[in-house]
Amino acid sequence: MIAVMTNAIEVSGLRKSFGATKALDGLDLTVQAGEVHAFLGPNGAGKTTTIRVLLGLVHADGGQVRLLGGDPWRDATALHQRLAYVPGDVTLWPGLTGGEIIDLMAKLRGGGDASRRKELTERFELDPAKKARAYSKGNRQKVALIAALSSDADLLILDEPTSGLDPLMEAVFRECVAEERRNGRSVLLSSHILAEAEALADRVTIIRAGRTVETGSLAELRHLTHYQVTASLADGTSVQREVDPADLNDVLRSLTAIGVRSLTCRPPTLEEIFLKQYSPTVPA
Amino acid sequence: MTGVGPLARLAFRRDRIGLAVCVYVIVIMVAVNGYEFRKLYPTAAGRQSLAATSESNPALRFLYGTLDGSSLGSLTVWRIGVWAALFAALAAVFLVIRHTRADEEAGRLELVSSAAVGGSAALVASLAVAAATMLAVVALLCLVLPLVGLPAGGSALLALSIGASGLAFAGIAAATAQLTTGARAARGIALAVLGAAFVLRGSGDAGGPSGGTAWLTWTSPLGWVSLARPFGASRWWVLCLPAAVCVLGVAAAFVLAARRDLGVGLIPDRPGRPSASAALRGPDGLAWRLQRGTLLGWLAGYAAMFAICGAAAQGIGQLVGTSSALRGEFTRLGGQSSIVDAYLAALMLLAGVVAGAYAVSGVLRLRSEETGGLAEPVLATAVGRVRWALSHILVAVAGSALLLAVAGAATGLGYGLRAGSTGTEVSRMLGAGLSQLPAVLVVAGLAVLAFGLVPRWSVPGMWTVVGLLTVLQLFGPVLRFSHWLMDVSPFAHVPRLPGGTVQARPLTWLCAIAVVFSLGGLDALRHRDIG
Repeated sequence: MIAVMTNAIEVSGLRKSFGATKALDGLDLTVQAGEVHAFLGPNGAGKTTTIRVLLGLVHADGGQVRLLGGDPWRDATALHQRLAYVPGDVTLWPGLTGGEIIDLMAKLRGGGDASRRKELTERFELDPAKKARAYSKGNRQKVALIAALSSDADLLILDEPTSGLDPLMEAVFRECVAEERRNGRSVLLSSHILAEAEALADRVTIIRAGRTVETGSLAELRHLTHYQVTASLADGTSVQREVDPADLNDVLRSLTAIGVRSLTCRPPTLEEIFLKQYSPTVPA
Repeated sequence: MTGVGPLARLAFRRDRIGLAVCVYVIVIMVAVNGYEFRKLYPTAAGRQSLAATSESNPALRFLYGTLDGSSLGSLTVWRIGVWAALFAALAAVFLVIRHTRADEEAGRLELVSSAAVGGSAALVASLAVAAATMLAVVALLCLVLPLVGLPAGGSALLALSIGASGLAFAGIAAATAQLTTGARAARGIALAVLGAAFVLRGSGDAGGPSGGTAWLTWTSPLGWVSLARPFGASRWWVLCLPAAVCVLGVAAAFVLAARRDLGVGLIPDRPGRPSASAALRGPDGLAWRLQRGTLLGWLAGYAAMFAICGAAAQGIGQLVGTSSALRGEFTRLGGQSSIVDAYLAALMLLAGVVAGAYAVSGVLRLRSEETGGLAEPVLATAVGRVRWALSHILVAVAGSALLLAVAGAATGLGYGLRAGSTGTEVSRMLGAGLSQLPAVLVVAGLAVLAFGLVPRWSVPGMWTVVGLLTVLQLFGPVLRFSHWLMDVSPFAHVPRLPGGTVQARPLTWLCAIAVVFSLGGLDALRHRDIG
């Protein structure tokens, strides 16, 4: 369909309302081909609605959406052969076994690698012969992850994929995503677990109230936010201040004029960036 | 026992409409039958000849039981006692499982158990709600039946017998709720016990009161209603039997509950296939897998019910012959001059209306898949919306066609075996059953349209339509509704077979309407949001 493709997902000015509720209000999101892109935001920010638009399940009220070079609403079935999806709240047919569901999803997508399936089932330590109603939340999540990861899709859309997984399985999941990236696949990873985004993502988009508030690599985001400068001074006082990177020189100059006994200057942690962006008091 | 009160109130709050409908249906069912017998058989001689003919028909004895004299009360017990007890038992089973195992499976009970709620509070609360429901049935029957003209003492014993069989099955359901992890399986076991109770009573009664199998009736909770002989010898002590079953069931439930953890059953889930079979490879395979259990249950029920009703046709002429009023009602309902044909045609109409209800439930599986979040993962694959919808519609339509075929063939077999013309009756009735299909297709098409166009209203809306159609078809002719009103129902336009004539035009129209409805619904589905 498209010979050379640079962006797996291109969304601009996306709007969607459900009745009086504005779920998406001019959202922008770009996922480059071959990158792992973290899609972050507090609960109710519009992450899942964006994903449902990308999957062609929900029709956008306005804005442009391109997915793998096509229109996700019009070309849904053709595009879906090239993507795999893990829903945020995994529900499974209670009477089917995990193994049956994994096989079925592969067949519905039109393909699937049996040896990869076997390998992933072992790595995630899933019992595929159990009925879905007997699975815990974590095990249901594993079924959806194995089904998605064993596909040969170009794009993985993962909506909070690790909720319910224990730390060991979370580590397995991170290995798998890293492998997917080495294989040249694009990944959209919706999450609010910061450490996960920090460990896996090449780039990050932070949204709040249906709008994009920050996007870029983690280094860029760090650069945008203030440094934390703490100093004890020669006159016995101590200073703690947030400093814009551009003003750092001036601040240091005025501090050394007084005389500095000790000085720390550290970039913001991801946690601080997120908390700042999530906090509703900061204007978007 | 802490928390029983709040949980019981919660159950009442969640089920207030359903419970009221159950109580109402059971009470009205019994009262209307008492009233109708007085109207249709006003004289003692008429009642005696009805009693004589019904006693000589084993199929009727299987369906209703044996008669205890020919008083108005005895006829009411004969005609409706078993069925009212069956309804009460059904209500109790659904109620108890819903508030114990189903809540446990859905994880709601876990949330509740973490609050200040005792371990067996849900079990006690569900039994309390079941007991209160049965009490309401008993109280209302004691009030209403004397108004219909039945003796007060007998009315009270009949009411208590019906309520007590509900309680017996509440106890049985409480015990089966402890056995399995899934609510469906727990409900299935309780319903299997109920089915066995019906068959045991039927087999006992079919042989007649002096037959060698009469003792079987004593083994069935459904048989105890007539064995209490409410309007005869008044054996009040028979009420101890359902009470004992209830106590035993509840005791077993408590013993079993103490030996298991929350969320698991005593019978562990059997492991299934670790990989999908060749049949489970596409949307059709999935839809079939999800709906096949329900369809097989319906087919078994249809085969048994219509075979017995067909077998009852042989004696229907004599039975109806004893009441000119009843004969008039039958011919209006079936629209035939021959009374047996009219009865068989009325049966096929019933098969059609009920198959319509099945088709609606099959199509609306789409909606429950959608709201349950199970449509989303399928639609995120290479399966398009129309393809997905068609998979469930296919099962619903093929399933209802199969039901109609089974209804026709089973009726023909039941009637043919007794009339001595099995071959001709089976093929004749098979056609009669299938002739209802175009009307069923219209109902299914309407469900597709509702699902596509007004998904939020599709479930309550379509069940209202099914209810109205049932009232219109079964009571319209008797109550002499206007032609204009009757013509709204698609079932008014299928031929009354056997005996009637087949016209191609209305059938073509019905099929065309069904196709237009379905296409409209599918098109609307393509343009709306999912979820």
